[in-house]
Amino acid sequence: MTIKIPYYPGCTLKTTAKNFEDTAKLVAGVFDYEFDELYRWNCCGAVYGLSEDNVMHKVAPVRNMLRVKEVGEKRMLVLCSMCFNTLKRANYYVRRNKDKLEVINAIMYLENTTYDGSVEVVHLLELLRDEIGFDRIKKAVKKPLRGITVAAYYGCLLLRPSEIAIDSVEQPTVMEDLVEALGGKVIDLNVKTECCGSYQTVKRKDIVADRTNFIIGEARKQGADMLITSCPLCHFNLDRRQKEAKKRHPDFKEMPILYFTQLMALAFGFEEDKLGFEPHYVDPRPLLKERGLL
Amino acid sequence: MAEKPRIGVFVCHCGLNIAGVIDVKKVAEEAKKIPGVVFSTTYVYMCSEPGQQLVIDSIKKYKLNGVVVANCSPTLHERTFRNAAARAGLNPYRVEIANIREQVAWPHEHEPEIATKKAIRIVKATVERVKNNMAYVPYEISVNKKALVIGGGIAGIQASLDIAEAGYEVYLVEKSPSIGGKMILLSETFPTLDCPQCIETPKMTDVSQNPRIHLMTYSEVESVSGYMGNFKVKVRRKARYVDVDNCLGCGACVEACPVKNIPSEVDRGLTNRRAIYISFDQAVPLVPVIDADHCIKLTYEKKVAEGKIKRRSKPGTVKICEKCQDACEPKVINFKDTDKIEEIEVGAIIVATGFDLMPMEKLPEYGGGKIPDVIDALAFERLLAPSGPTHGVPKRPSDGKIPKTVVFVSCAGSRDPAHGVAYCSRICCMYLAKQAMLYKHAVPDGMAYNFYIDIRSNGKGYEEFVQRVREQRDLIYLRGKVSKIFQRGDKVVVWGADTLTGQKIEIEADLVVLSNAMVPSEGAKELAQKLRIPQDEYGWFNGAHLKLRPLETVTAGIFIAGAAQFPKDITDTVSQASGAAAKVISMFAKPKLTKEPLIANVDTEICAGCGICKEQCAYGAITIDPKKKVSVVNEALCEGCGACAAVCPSGAMQLRNLNSKQVIRMVEVLTEDY
Repeated sequence: MTIKIPYYPGCTLKTTAKNFEDTAKLVAGVFDYEFDELYRWNCCGAVYGLSEDNVMHKVAPVRNMLRVKEVGEKRMLVLCSMCFNTLKRANYYVRRNKDKLEVINAIMYLENTTYDGSVEVVHLLELLRDEIGFDRIKKAVKKPLRGITVAAYYGCLLLRPSEIAIDSVEQPTVMEDLVEALGGKVIDLNVKTECCGSYQTVKRKDIVADRTNFIIGEARKQGADMLITSCPLCHFNLDRRQKEAKKRHPDFKEMPILYFTQLMALAFGFEEDKLGFEPHYVDPRPLLKERGLL
Repeated sequence: MAEKPRIGVFVCHCGLNIAGVIDVKKVAEEAKKIPGVVFSTTYVYMCSEPGQQLVIDSIKKYKLNGVVVANCSPTLHERTFRNAAARAGLNPYRVEIANIREQVAWPHEHEPEIATKKAIRIVKATVERVKNNMAYVPYEISVNKKALVIGGGIAGIQASLDIAEAGYEVYLVEKSPSIGGKMILLSETFPTLDCPQCIETPKMTDVSQNPRIHLMTYSEVESVSGYMGNFKVKVRRKARYVDVDNCLGCGACVEACPVKNIPSEVDRGLTNRRAIYISFDQAVPLVPVIDADHCIKLTYEKKVAEGKIKRRSKPGTVKICEKCQDACEPKVINFKDTDKIEEIEVGAIIVATGFDLMPMEKLPEYGGGKIPDVIDALAFERLLAPSGPTHGVPKRPSDGKIPKTVVFVSCAGSRDPAHGVAYCSRICCMYLAKQAMLYKHAVPDGMAYNFYIDIRSNGKGYEEFVQRVREQRDLIYLRGKVSKIFQRGDKVVVWGADTLTGQKIEIEADLVVLSNAMVPSEGAKELAQKLRIPQDEYGWFNGAHLKLRPLETVTAGIFIAGAAQFPKDITDTVSQASGAAAKVISMFAKPKLTKEPLIANVDTEICAGCGICKEQCAYGAITIDPKKKVSVVNEALCEGCGACAAVCPSGAMQLRNLNSKQVIRMVEVLTEDY
């Protein structure tokens, strides 16, 4: 029986990370999950507002929770790490500050309902690990990922602050376990929680290019052929900024960056045209063909 | 109090602690107006000699039959003024303290008027209490003049030797196969660089040879009952499978054992030991022990006994590995040995269970134990120790190479309330300095870095020692915290900050030594429950008073020594052990012990024997008389906390000098309009 799960996409998943959304829907479908996109979802807030007493910055994420309540559901599935972080932190904040929740509800007076902190924000990786389970994933594999060595890169948004972390803050393993379930070889990337440079990518490409060079360089030294992530911003920085990294560091060697869902879709035997490799700056296809996976 | 009350009220200024906030003169004036109060006064330091004399003289002059001293917390000076009253001929239990410092002056520092009013109310209420105070005489308790010391580290060893020296018998219980504790694992000790083999082993031998010390190694305290002067203790003597009295300690059995791959506890996993083993060369007693979980013979026998496998042939015809027994000349190995419970009776107990290091798994930002060349400081002590696995020249665990770059990390888990513990582990600055120095002695061309937050070197000769270390060549102190440690190839990368130059630092090291936070030793919680002694939020044992009674616990007759109380260096540990021993000796020197009489008391006419009080008692002092069906309070065990009186549904259980009548009267007075 198909399980419908309320799904919050966020802006990136409809634009630059469309391939993340598409492949996520594919792999969820393998386990009979259907993404039920929330009606009238709005911006997640993009960056979590750190000022504790200015609740204006929390209205946008909290308002999305109302959409879940309106469809009579209890949880909200998120793919983008940035959205996940903003939504879950705002949720954590209003659960702990009932007085601030009242203010936010007052601001949203035109809404038909009020928020009570009851919605759970769930990341797809949590769903895969805790609900579907790696055993089922293992059984669904049609094309085991032999011949490639993968590095899993988490960045910060799935793990920090610790109150909302989906895994160990310092030594997460959920993506490594996933790759192993897919029959792939995975390294324990030593810099998997380091910063990708984040929004510096807008004004200071040099900083992000250096971070990209560093992170991919460490992954190379440990023997990785490709790197997976769950964050569209990390993906953008690590993929697109390889161009600048190459200019600044002549020794730099390119590496394909994939969303973990693309790797899953590959292992589950979906066709090449479904995997969404076109928008990548560093095309993963030559590597995958060389290793006999495409 | 049958006679007419003649109460004196003495209000203390406590310098400006009280008088700086409260109008003490007004408090005294108001006190004088209370019916029954015949005298009131103030004095700048009531606890001082002239202050106490003032109380004594006033008791005599005004024929006082009750005294209220308005000053600090009763835990500080209740005893002082009760003793003073006794010297004036007044029963000490007719003295009560009105706490106007901790409960009034300090919390109401900025509202003097309210503070003065509150002080007057508290004094009034206390006067009402004293009006109904009875005179009591302390109990006398006989004392069994033998002591139990739990833990055979340097604290337990020193305490045992001191008590034995004074002529009393001691049972020294140690859970591992040898005494010596953490100290015997060390390479050398700061700041004098004595090696523990030179300074601790003689003491260990003294313990084993002293006829008044009964050494019980490989043993654990099973249960404790009784009370001050008369404890009954059950000790589990774990099966050692070797006869301690007749073993020669030759080690032939160890050589014969085919199981060779068990990580050594003493070497913190850097080397392997056998299934039958002697912990270390200087072990006391120098007798091996069989690890039943790894011995081929014993694991086989266990599986047979549990029915998991069937014995392949008749017993006796085929031998399952008995190589140690075959190798044993005096034939002292007994595979049929079992745990035995031994009962001992003692008058006093010293808890000296020491510390452990925070496990590496709790420090994920420093590799979480996954990087082989990131080790804790005790492991590095073993690598520096001449008796250790590398004979004093450190070699790193991953590939056995001599590390040419070593990074020492201070405060790994300490002073870090978000991830570890909030406290400072106190000894790490010193031992890291020592380890850096010893490392430079062993590897003169090596490079050492020491990351620190502050250098805490507050002991005799300590700061001089640290300065000497810092002057060494190629030994750099970096003020800053290490943020992350990870593997890169065969190097360990350390990221940190140098806050003095404002630089980010990256060091590619061969070996990293962490000063993991000190935490209470394993099993401290269970022991605390058996002994009914309190622990703090981290599990360290609490003294009765942090400053004035650090060696005694709230349970009379049980004392603490060494790092079981809080992180300590060897000097402090030995001092405290001798102090705890002195407490025990002074207890034993008296013919009888006295005990406070202010305990719970049952009105057997009212008590229905429901037993709710028994459930509440933290000291196990209440039993239900099976015949009379009433509660019985054990006078020696009761600490007078009042929990039983509070829960008693019928009011049969009352606390002496704080019965419900007194409490209600005090509440009435406290809530009166004023």
